Amino acid sequence: MASSSYIEVRDLSVDFSGENGAPKAVDGVSFDLARGEILALVGESGSGKTVTSLSLMKLLPEAARWTGHISIDGVDIATKDRRSMEDIRGSKVGMIFQEPATSLNPVLTIARQMTEGLRRHKLLSATKAAAMARAALLDVGIADPDRIMAQFPHQLSGGIRQLVLIAAAIALQPDVLLADEPTTALDVTVQAQVLDLLVNLKSRMGVGILLVTHDIGVVAETADRVAVMRDGRILETGFVEDVLTAPQHDYTKALLASHLTLQQALAVRSAGNSRFPR
Amino acid sequence: MIHSSAQSKKIRRQLPATIAIGAGIASFLVVAAILAPFVAPYDALKMAAGPRLSAPSGNHLFGTDDFGRDLFSRVLIGARLSLGIGIVAVISGLVAGGLLGLFAAFGGRHVEAVLLRLIDVLYSFPDTLVALILVAFLGPGIENATVAITISLIPFYARVTYGLAVRERAKPYVEAARLAGIRSARLVRVHIMPNIGHSLISMATLGFSSAILSAAGLSFLGLGVQPPSPEWGAILASGRNYITKAPWILIFPGLAIFVTVLSFNLIGDGLRDLFDHRRKTP
Amino acid sequence: MTPVPVLSASSITKVFQAGGKQLTALRGISIAPLAGETFGIIGESGSGKSTFGRIAVGLEMPSSGELYIEGERVDDLPASLRRKKFLRCQMIFQDPYSSLNPRLTIGKQIGEAIYAQGVLDWRQIRGDVGELLEKVGLRRDSADRYPHEFSGGQRQRIAIARALAPSPRIVVADEPVSSLDVSIQAQILDLLASVQNEHLLCYILISHDMSVIARLCDRVAVMHRGRIVELGPTSSVIGTPQHPYTRNLLDAVPRLGRRRSGHGPTTAALPTHGDDDNLIEISSGHFVLQSTAM
Repeated sequence: MASSSYIEVRDLSVDFSGENGAPKAVDGVSFDLARGEILALVGESGSGKTVTSLSLMKLLPEAARWTGHISIDGVDIATKDRRSMEDIRGSKVGMIFQEPATSLNPVLTIARQMTEGLRRHKLLSATKAAAMARAALLDVGIADPDRIMAQFPHQLSGGIRQLVLIAAAIALQPDVLLADEPTTALDVTVQAQVLDLLVNLKSRMGVGILLVTHDIGVVAETADRVAVMRDGRILETGFVEDVLTAPQHDYTKALLASHLTLQQALAVRSAGNSRFPR
Repeated sequence: MIHSSAQSKKIRRQLPATIAIGAGIASFLVVAAILAPFVAPYDALKMAAGPRLSAPSGNHLFGTDDFGRDLFSRVLIGARLSLGIGIVAVISGLVAGGLLGLFAAFGGRHVEAVLLRLIDVLYSFPDTLVALILVAFLGPGIENATVAITISLIPFYARVTYGLAVRERAKPYVEAARLAGIRSARLVRVHIMPNIGHSLISMATLGFSSAILSAAGLSFLGLGVQPPSPEWGAILASGRNYITKAPWILIFPGLAIFVTVLSFNLIGDGLRDLFDHRRKTP
Repeated sequence: MTPVPVLSASSITKVFQAGGKQLTALRGISIAPLAGETFGIIGESGSGKSTFGRIAVGLEMPSSGELYIEGERVDDLPASLRRKKFLRCQMIFQDPYSSLNPRLTIGKQIGEAIYAQGVLDWRQIRGDVGELLEKVGLRRDSADRYPHEFSGGQRQRIAIARALAPSPRIVVADEPVSSLDVSIQAQILDLLASVQNEHLLCYILISHDMSVIARLCDRVAVMHRGRIVELGPTSSVIGTPQHPYTRNLLDAVPRLGRRRSGHGPTTAALPTHGDDDNLIEISSGHFVLQSTAM
């Protein structure tokens, strides 16, 4: 059993349309996330997994209406205003999104962006903030942080940008991370690096991670527990080794079946009518 | 993302207030200009229609100028001149400049290099200055002023059209059409023009404001519309010496210019917002 | 009868000038896909794979090297003659949203390609367009609808129909399914396979996704930083990868039954390659780029 839950979600429902009877984006979702574990929310696009993770930080658009209970570190966030949510973001909950290009300000150096972000959350001197940023970059495996800090976002590759964003997310030593498709836009070799880093952060820093992904392979390699989502509902949840080896729900089985190993993909090709059997 | 026709209608209904207000004012002005000869209470050229330099009153809504001419009638008739010059200059400038820009974008690498340089050099001159220089060559008068203003707008429209065309040219659907063997002429007509049309229209409204200001400026300097024609700039010129004695001679034409430019800018801005919004919803 | 290369690239190099700086996207690429074959090119960002795809259809010209289409050299032709030769090569683009003109009906866009071949009777064109639409799994009456009325997967079907309209011999598919949902990807890949058999097309399939390559390609070239580091039959390259980069690439694919340790993915060190390095054949049809640089 995981240690006491850090994030508790009970019966979360999110509605965009405002009309009765229209399908909800998230429909009665409940789960826990503890520190020191990786929980994966897996599903196809439209399953509601991203909306769920945005709800935790109250980052939904104006038009959205939500019901249910969300608590972070024992505190019910329903009544928290934007200011308090911003305090929680950064110091307690770090966030990583899919597109590194749009999360970084193109006209500021990495050093400026990171230190400004840190100082917004905590009273720090400029030197202290720079030192924390530097330490965070080292933590994510960037060997030459000073060089990176002096650069602008467009001078860095997509993989490095994502590592920078992860560094920014962990710099204040948050208790949990919300990672929404953190590797989808990256090259596959960089993806391996980033996923490995997330596992490393979990064991080394004890951070809990909510990993939103559509890739069941990613779930298998990195997550401890998994929740399978479709049409706003969680269909199946449990430990990864249980759910992936003995799936109960038909949809989970279908998801697993559609993930072909390379050997299986090769077999599909051979079964087709190919003029070049090799 | 499937985009139902119901959703399209919803977006179209959210016409920005800026367009509505701007279009409202502009239509009012255009109608006023068209009806001016029938609506104006006095002959705009008739001197001593009222006492000289009299303040706005029931008889003379905008007052009278130093020749006793009714200012309201003059501003009203002046609308035909100012708006007329503006429309002619913008349409001619847009067509000429647009063709130039399209030719630069699709005429081939060498044509592009030469024309682009040319356009950039011409564009670097402020358009009012260009109009001024041209009128100095051509001589004063309403026709020459219109020609000069038209020519002064060409570099701007050429540049804008070129930029829009080049951006569209790089999009995959244009490349795909190229691959299918579609020639440049058809590419421009069928693929490029429909997709840059709206942006051009919103640019046209902004150019219109510029044209009106240039026309007023030229007339103010005595180089454009010649007295006694009541083009707004000319009216301003006639009131130059009476700032303290009869400020209304300056205020009302100035206000007319301001309102006209404002309304067309509102339309242009609103159109731009509308098309950006459309573009964001695939 | 020995299969004939329908496209032959010999030492294709491409250098881009950006500002004052030079970027070498391709360094001496040589491949010869055969008629009816599906030839895959796999690589990550910066590998040059898309640049090569664009050169293969004539959207870019190589800086040096030779390009032959059905035995005829094309890179040294003047622009007017080039376009005609390259008609036999069509492309399917990655983004289904920007590869169709939002203001034209799809029937017009597909029909245009036929029109440009010299078929001027629009009634006949309409008939041909209807056939193509059915072939890619869409209804004939879709021809009068606009792109925004279709989903991403359907748009890619339309893009395929359009690519087939000029009856090409070669179709370059640049990341044809990357922008689509996983459940739709399989459908589109199956469609590509079925169409190919009917028309004896040669596909050059460019992807960053090894499972897409494995599913469709007879041979694959692995590209890294503008060079081909490995080339051979797909099953051979995937089963017995020789080059360290290929091994890293294959190893990085997320899979069931393995756990990330958190101590860094085990990646093999990559050798440096010089322009003199050649592809060495190590088994039937399977080549690896040698490394002579020290």
